[in-house]
Amino acid sequence: MLYAMSKVKDKIFSARSVFDGFGYFYLTLIGLLCLIPFLLVLAGSFTANQVIIQYGYSIIPRELSLDAYKAIFLFPEKIISAYEVSILVTTTGTVVGVFFMSMAGYALQRKELKYANKISFFIYFTTLFNCGLIPWYLLIVGLGMKDTLLALIVPSLESAFSILLIRNFMRSVPESIIESAKIDGAGDFFIFRRIVIPLSTPVIATVGLFLALQYWNDWYSTSLFVPTSSKWPLQYLLYKTISAQFVALSAAAASYFRKGTMPTESVKLATAVVTTGPIILLYPFLQKYFVRGITIGAVKG
Amino acid sequence: MRKRPEPGLLTVKTKGNGMLSFSREIGKNRVLYLMMLPSLAFFAIFAYAPLVGLYYAFINFNFIGGLFGSPFVGLKNFEFLFFGGAHAVVWRLTLNTVLYNLAFIFIGNGLQCFTAIILNDIRGRIYKRTTQSIMLLPYFVSFVIVGAIAYSIFNFELGSLNSVLKVFGIKPVNVYMLPSVWKYILVFFNTWKGLGYGTIIYLAAIMGIDREMYEASELDGCNIFQQIRYITLPLLKPTFIMLVLFSLGGIMRGQFDLFYQLIGNNGILFNATDILDTYIYRSLVINFNVSTGTAAGLYQSLFGFAAVMIVNAIIRKINKENALF
Repeated sequence: MLYAMSKVKDKIFSARSVFDGFGYFYLTLIGLLCLIPFLLVLAGSFTANQVIIQYGYSIIPRELSLDAYKAIFLFPEKIISAYEVSILVTTTGTVVGVFFMSMAGYALQRKELKYANKISFFIYFTTLFNCGLIPWYLLIVGLGMKDTLLALIVPSLESAFSILLIRNFMRSVPESIIESAKIDGAGDFFIFRRIVIPLSTPVIATVGLFLALQYWNDWYSTSLFVPTSSKWPLQYLLYKTISAQFVALSAAAASYFRKGTMPTESVKLATAVVTTGPIILLYPFLQKYFVRGITIGAVKG
Repeated sequence: MRKRPEPGLLTVKTKGNGMLSFSREIGKNRVLYLMMLPSLAFFAIFAYAPLVGLYYAFINFNFIGGLFGSPFVGLKNFEFLFFGGAHAVVWRLTLNTVLYNLAFIFIGNGLQCFTAIILNDIRGRIYKRTTQSIMLLPYFVSFVIVGAIAYSIFNFELGSLNSVLKVFGIKPVNVYMLPSVWKYILVFFNTWKGLGYGTIIYLAAIMGIDREMYEASELDGCNIFQQIRYITLPLLKPTFIMLVLFSLGGIMRGQFDLFYQLIGNNGILFNATDILDTYIYRSLVINFNVSTGTAAGLYQSLFGFAAVMIVNAIIRKINKENALF
């Protein structure tokens, strides 16, 4: 009897099961810590404003209310224009940026170029020493980009790290394919477009995804260069809403709600949900590519 | 006379220096150089041209004079930042920037490595995948959301922290007036945001370890803890050191987004939480203090450059090929 019990004890307390037990506990804890903040925001957005003011934010809404969302969707001009700006800036910036960076990455790894290494260093050096915020700001304003969407797109177009990442990856394209294409009379750009790009889709997709994410989440450029509220992208609109410097409710919305029932607090969180929702919805589909991309960057970077 | 290229030799390097060979080189490969041109122009305009603006650090900027018309004051702005009594903020800013970065780097990497090991060795593939997805989610959202989350937890009247405290009969705290707790909050959110991302990198490193070693150790009767201790950890050590060293190169550069979204303009917390980047940002956006802001920026860049150089020298000593140059 005791022998059988000790055998069971060994099984339960074996190293494997202790490890698994602790592991599951730890991972669950991490998972909860990552999810709960989002649930807090989601729950708060569906909570009646009065309840928030009286009892504070909580994960389980005491009283459900769609007021915040009504305020946003019945009078959606601000959110819609912010979406337009964000989508325009993100798609333009990503397409142009990836195009320029992949061209440069390809050209820089061509061994027949005498100045390739010097130019690579020229680009790389910008990551070592930079001029600081103020000279950069004054330059961009001096170029006349203040209060334009250009200021949101152009200064963030390229990253030295991405160019060098693309360069390193493209080195793995077999030289023989390129040589035989040249013998057949293909020009450099044709080789780039028809041969190298299709073989480099992992790194290009990675660079594109990360660039798009950077553009989508950028609020900093707006805070520096774009004072006109109609040109604000989503994250900046959210920032202004949450810091209560700006309510995403138009005058029309204010008159829709009876005096004193304006959902100022829940609207903050509802704005957060509406601005971030698409990213979170797209997330399951994109996640695989990001994970692949991070791994590529880590291994070949 | 230049030798004619042999048949079959498709790449020919032009020899010699000087304008003629320069134009020959460009002409020969003009498509390739053209392909580099947009990027070169980008960096020339946005990275190198503003270097001229570093001169702002040495003048007393006024609107009428502008860059070259304002009076030259030498190192006065630096004196102000370093020794100007109540204004000598640079010491505290540097201390905060460096210490926070050290905490971020070591705690972040440590937890990421730890999590990667657990994720790798735990059984249950669906569980692994789900947790990994959930962990990566914070990386995707902007820091503005992080600010919103912090607000909904720590706000004095409305935050859930105080609601919970009230339930237990504890007096509510105004976290936004309490400088001492913010180091924990900032480290927590920084780690929270980067955990999923870093774990993936360490997982990639673990996958690179030869499976045979684990199988051999199992035959020798090792349990999972011994395997981790004698195989996984020692083999991960180089990766860990390398990643930490690379991050240390950026030690003078703060996580601006994180600090600005969580702290904002809350002056009470500045002593404990202000870093170089937020100070410079405010000197531009709020005070428009061009001279001081540029001086602080130049200081940051110079010491950041020194940090990268030192770190690179260290990496060189350890593992020559991993060095940046």
